[in-house]
Amino acid sequence: MIELHDVHKAFGSNQVLRGMTLTIPKGSSMVIIGGSGTGKSVALKCILGLIRPDAGTILLDGQNVAQADRDPFLARFGMLFQGGALFDSLTVWQNVAFRLLRGALKRPKEEARAIAIEKLRRVGLTPETADLYPAELSGGMQKRVGLARAIAADPEIIFFDEPTTGLDPIMAGVINELIREIVTEMGATAMTITHDMSSVRAIADNVAMLHAGKIRWTGPVADMDASGDPYLTQFITGSAEGPIEAVR
Amino acid sequence: MIFLHPVAAVGRSFLALLAIIGRVTLYLGATLSHLVRPPFYWREFLSALMTIGYFSLPVVGLTMVFTGGALALQIYSGGARFNAEAVVPQIVAIGIVRELGPVLTGLMVAGRVSAAIAAEIGTMKVTEQIDALVTLSTHPLKYLTVPRVLAATIVVPVLAAVGDTIGILGGYLVGTTRLGFNAATYLQNTADFLEAADIVSGLVKASVFGFIVALMGCYHGMNSGRGAQGVGRATTNAVVSASVLILASNYLLTELFF
Ligand SMILES: Nc1ncnc2c1ncn2[C@@H]1O[C@H](COP(=O)(O)OP(=O)(O)OP(=O)(O)O)[C@@H](O)[C@H]1O
Ligand SMILES: [Mg+2]
Repeated sequence: MIELHDVHKAFGSNQVLRGMTLTIPKGSSMVIIGGSGTGKSVALKCILGLIRPDAGTILLDGQNVAQADRDPFLARFGMLFQGGALFDSLTVWQNVAFRLLRGALKRPKEEARAIAIEKLRRVGLTPETADLYPAELSGGMQKRVGLARAIAADPEIIFFDEPTTGLDPIMAGVINELIREIVTEMGATAMTITHDMSSVRAIADNVAMLHAGKIRWTGPVADMDASGDPYLTQFITGSAEGPIEAVR
Repeated sequence: MIFLHPVAAVGRSFLALLAIIGRVTLYLGATLSHLVRPPFYWREFLSALMTIGYFSLPVVGLTMVFTGGALALQIYSGGARFNAEAVVPQIVAIGIVRELGPVLTGLMVAGRVSAAIAAEIGTMKVTEQIDALVTLSTHPLKYLTVPRVLAATIVVPVLAAVGDTIGILGGYLVGTTRLGFNAATYLQNTADFLEAADIVSGLVKASVFGFIVALMGCYHGMNSGRGAQGVGRATTNAVVSASVLILASNYLLTELFF
């Protein structure tokens, strides 16, 4: 279980998170929605400790993440970055198997490669892509390699930052299903950021909407349409009319 | 404002300089502490040896052959003023081995390598690759900085040794073809004159310069600003700070060995 309590983060005068409070139950799939630039990516990075919050506490299974021993803490996580963040000096399979080639989870090269190719298959990439470099792939393919890397070591908590952005509808469907599968079959806890409402419905157990640095609404995905919250309703329908200003 | 308050401006720059020295010292301390703790990334180390050492050979070789040649001509014309043209082999040797070899090698490597390191690590920073490393349980200092710094510290003296040889060769070529020195005597004089201490002090300098080059490249890359502009600035800062530090530490080391 991940608990954020009253988390604040500002960059200079830019107040991004202003008291974000959210609980993600173990083994569930939480989807975060919210306007562009509201701090969704920053929130994920705060949990991982890549960005240090200015105030507030973040607990993982009741333990404060700021005091956690970094290596075992990070070993429980997988993260897909919004921009992919693939290592461009390494081939695709070496990217995917990065964790399996060094450190505590190190295993023989052949085995690591086989696992990488299997993970690539799960995100819809052929074994031929394994020996290419990231720069030789299309944007959507890079995203999927990033996804394969995030799940390569079968982490118990996985963060996906816009996993289906830049993918065609069919491939987006495959990825939605994959994320669902990882949660239901492997019992992982997933936290996904997406702007795609069909992804939200396909992936989420719970939904949280971030607005103005706070969680505006959170609840089971089934309750989302009848929330009665004008902000959430405007976001779901994608209407220009409503309390959320179009120019931010 | 800055023009109206010159004292404040000087004070501010001085404080900024102190802050940078503090940050670099902390970075240095962290790098050294990671150097002695496992794991050690051999692959990264070997590839850094290749890019820093092997691929710098042409540029160092060219620099030194021309410098050695020019030095021979200058010493000849200078020596001629008090009928001491014959010292060309000795002075070329000592000038190259003790001073120009290590310093020019250091500066050329600073231009080539610290820029490349800063650009590479800076790009990794702005494209979130450094964050990705952390989430994959790999410490960026250990994975990126330690192998490069160690490789540069080891390989730049080797480069300087090669550069010394080529520089002396440049002097030899000019001396024998243009200045009428006897080939065997030239080499004999060079070999007889040089002492082990000359060579060792030059190589120790080069090792320090290599350390500076890689450390500055990594430091500025890691602290790169956002976007292409941030990476560009990091690259410039890396080259400038590495060059200045090389020249400053060269003076200090020369005093030390004097
Ligand atoms: N490292 C940083 N330094 C300074 N400002 C930052 C940094 N990271 C994020 N920000 C700022 O924080 C705000 C939120 O950024 P964030 O990336 O979290 O948005 P987001 O909700 O993920 O948006 P999107 O849906 O477009 O990805 C933005 O205004 C951004 O400029
Ligand atoms: Mg984002």
